[in-house]
Amino acid sequence: MKITKIVAFVMAILFLVPLTTSCGKEDRTTLYVLNWGEYLDPELIKEFEEQNPDIKINYTTTTSNEEMYTICTTEGSKIDLLVPSDYMVERLISEDKLAEINLDNIPNFKYVSDFSATRAFDPESKYSIPNFIGTVGIIYNKKLVDEPVTSWDILWDEKYSGKIMMYDSIRDSIMVALCKLGYDINTTDPDELAEAGQLLIQQKPLVLAYGTDNIQYDMIGGSVALAVDYSGSAAAAINQNSDLAYVVPDEGSNVWVDNYVILKNSEHKEAAERFINFLCDPEISARNSEYVGYTTPNSAIDQYLDPAMLENSAYVIEAETLNRCTYFKDIGTDALSLWNDVWMEVKTAAK
Amino acid sequence: MNKKKAFAVPYIVWMIIFTVVPLFLILFYAFIHRTDSGSLVFTTEYIKSALSGSSMSVLILSLEYALITTVICLVLAYPAALFLWQLKSRIGSIVNLLFMLPMWMNFLLRTYAWRALLDANVPINQFLQWLGLPAMQLLYTEGAVIFGLVYNFLPFMLLPIYTAFTKIDRSYIQAAEDLGANKWQTLTHVILPLTKPGIITGITMVFMPAVTSFVISRLLGGSQTMMFDDLLENQFMLLKDWNTGSALAVIMMVLMLISMALVRKTDDDSMPGGGI
Repeated sequence: MKITKIVAFVMAILFLVPLTTSCGKEDRTTLYVLNWGEYLDPELIKEFEEQNPDIKINYTTTTSNEEMYTICTTEGSKIDLLVPSDYMVERLISEDKLAEINLDNIPNFKYVSDFSATRAFDPESKYSIPNFIGTVGIIYNKKLVDEPVTSWDILWDEKYSGKIMMYDSIRDSIMVALCKLGYDINTTDPDELAEAGQLLIQQKPLVLAYGTDNIQYDMIGGSVALAVDYSGSAAAAINQNSDLAYVVPDEGSNVWVDNYVILKNSEHKEAAERFINFLCDPEISARNSEYVGYTTPNSAIDQYLDPAMLENSAYVIEAETLNRCTYFKDIGTDALSLWNDVWMEVKTAAK
Repeated sequence: MNKKKAFAVPYIVWMIIFTVVPLFLILFYAFIHRTDSGSLVFTTEYIKSALSGSSMSVLILSLEYALITTVICLVLAYPAALFLWQLKSRIGSIVNLLFMLPMWMNFLLRTYAWRALLDANVPINQFLQWLGLPAMQLLYTEGAVIFGLVYNFLPFMLLPIYTAFTKIDRSYIQAAEDLGANKWQTLTHVILPLTKPGIITGITMVFMPAVTSFVISRLLGGSQTMMFDDLLENQFMLLKDWNTGSALAVIMMVLMLISMALVRKTDDDSMPGGGI
C-alpha cells in the first residue's frame, strides 16, 4: 500500500519536472503573437528570430475579430501583439486595453504613415499601425457572367441561381443587403435591419452556399459564377484562374484595415515594437503581401512586388474605390444582438 | 481496496478539473445573474431566452440530423458486424482493422478530402458524366452533410457492436438451433438481445457527438442552416453572452440525459424477455 503511494508520488513529481525546468532554462523573451490564419509568411518569423536571437515568437492564429477579442481579454492570456480590424481596435481603445506605441522604435512607420492618418479610429497612430487593407466585393467568373458587374443587385438575379456564394459572417452578409438598400452599413435601426434580413431570405433559394475561406477554392474550381469575397482572397483566386475578376460595386461596400496593436498588460512591449518595425520594412512587407495576397498600404513596396500583382484587379485598391467604402464601427453588444437575430432568421429560413 | 483507490486518483483529479468543475461553471452562468452592484441572484431569465423559438428550431434541426445519422449508422453497422463475426476470427479482425484504419487520420482532414471529392469538377461527378449521367450538385447539400456525418461516425457504431458479437458464446447459437429455431429466430431471439449492450453504446457514441458536430455542416453543407454549435459559438464569441450560451448548453445536456435515460429504459425493459 505504502509503495504504491510512493510510486504515485514519484510519478507526479516526474510529470511536473519538465514543466518547471523548461521555464527555468528560457533566457529568451517569448513574444506571444495572435494573428489571422495564413496572414504571415512563416519564413519571416524564422528570419526575425535569426536576426533577433533574444526573441522567440509564439505564434497562434484565429478566424475572427470576436474570437481574437475573447482570447486576448480572457484572464491569464499571455498575448502581447495582435492584429485586429478597425472596429475591434476602436473597441479595444475605448476599453483602455491597448498600450501606446512608441513610434521612435518603429522607424519603418514612415512607409505607412500616409495611409495610417486616414484611419478615423486612430489617425495619430497612437495605439495601432496598419498592416493589411482590403475591401469586400464581388468576385465573378467571366465565362459564366457576360454582363458587366457594377451592382450588388446581380447577387439577386435568378439567372445565376445555384451559382452564387455569400459570405458566412453576420456583418459581411447583412452589409451587402444594407448597401443594396442604400442604408448605412453600421445601422442599428431595427426596421432597416429587418428589411435587409428579408432581402437575404428572399435571396436564399439562389445561394449555393455560405462560405468563408472555401469561396476562394470554389471560385478557382470554376463552377461558381459570383461570390462575395474579401479582396485579398479574390486576388489569390485571380492569380490561379485568369477567368476571374473582382469588383467593388457602385453602391459602396466595406473597407477594412487590420492593425498591429500591443496589449496594455504586455510585458514585452519593446520586443513587440521591434517585430512591428521588422514587418513594416518595404521588402519584408512586399514578401508578406505576396505570400498572403492582401494589399499593404506601404508606400515603398512597388519595386519589390511581383509586377503581376500590380495588374490584379483585386490586389490594387484605388483611392477612388476607398472613397465609396466605409469602415465597420463597433456598434455595441445590444445592436450586435439585433444583427444576430436577423442573421439567425436568415440562416433558419427554409431554402 | 486502498491500492485500487490510489490508481484511480489521476482519473478522478482529471474528471474533477475538466468535467465536474466546468459543469458547475456552466450551471452557474446559466442560473446566476450578477447585478450591477455585484451581488449574485438566482434567475431563470437566461433559460427562458435560450428557449426562444429560433434557438429551438436550430436545436430540433441538429437533433434531426443526429437522429438520421444514428439510424443510418445502425442499419449499416449491425449487418456489417454480423458479417465480421461470421468470418474466421483472423480475417474478421483484419477486416475490422480496415474499418478502423481511416480513424488513424484526423477527422477534419478526411472531411476536407470529401469536400474535394464531392466538388462539382472532380472525381465523382466526372465519373457520373462518363457514365452519361448529368452532373449533380453534391457538395453543399443536406445529403452531403448526412453522408459526412455517417462516414465519420460509422466506426463508433461498428466497434461496440462488433465487440458485443465477439463476446457471444457460440454454444447459445447451437442450443437455439438444437431447439429448432430457424436462422431468423436465432437472430431476433438470441443474437439481437445478446448484442443489445453494444447497440446501446453505439447509439450513445454516435448520437451525442453528431448533435454537436458543426464542422461537417460547414464544410460539406455550405453553412446553409444553423447548427446548434453555431448558435453556441455566436452567443459566446460574438455576443459575449456567456449566460444565455450556458443556458443553451444546459438545455442541451438535459435533452441528452433524457434521451439516454429513455434508451437505457428500453434496454432494462427488454432484458427479462431476452430469452437467456
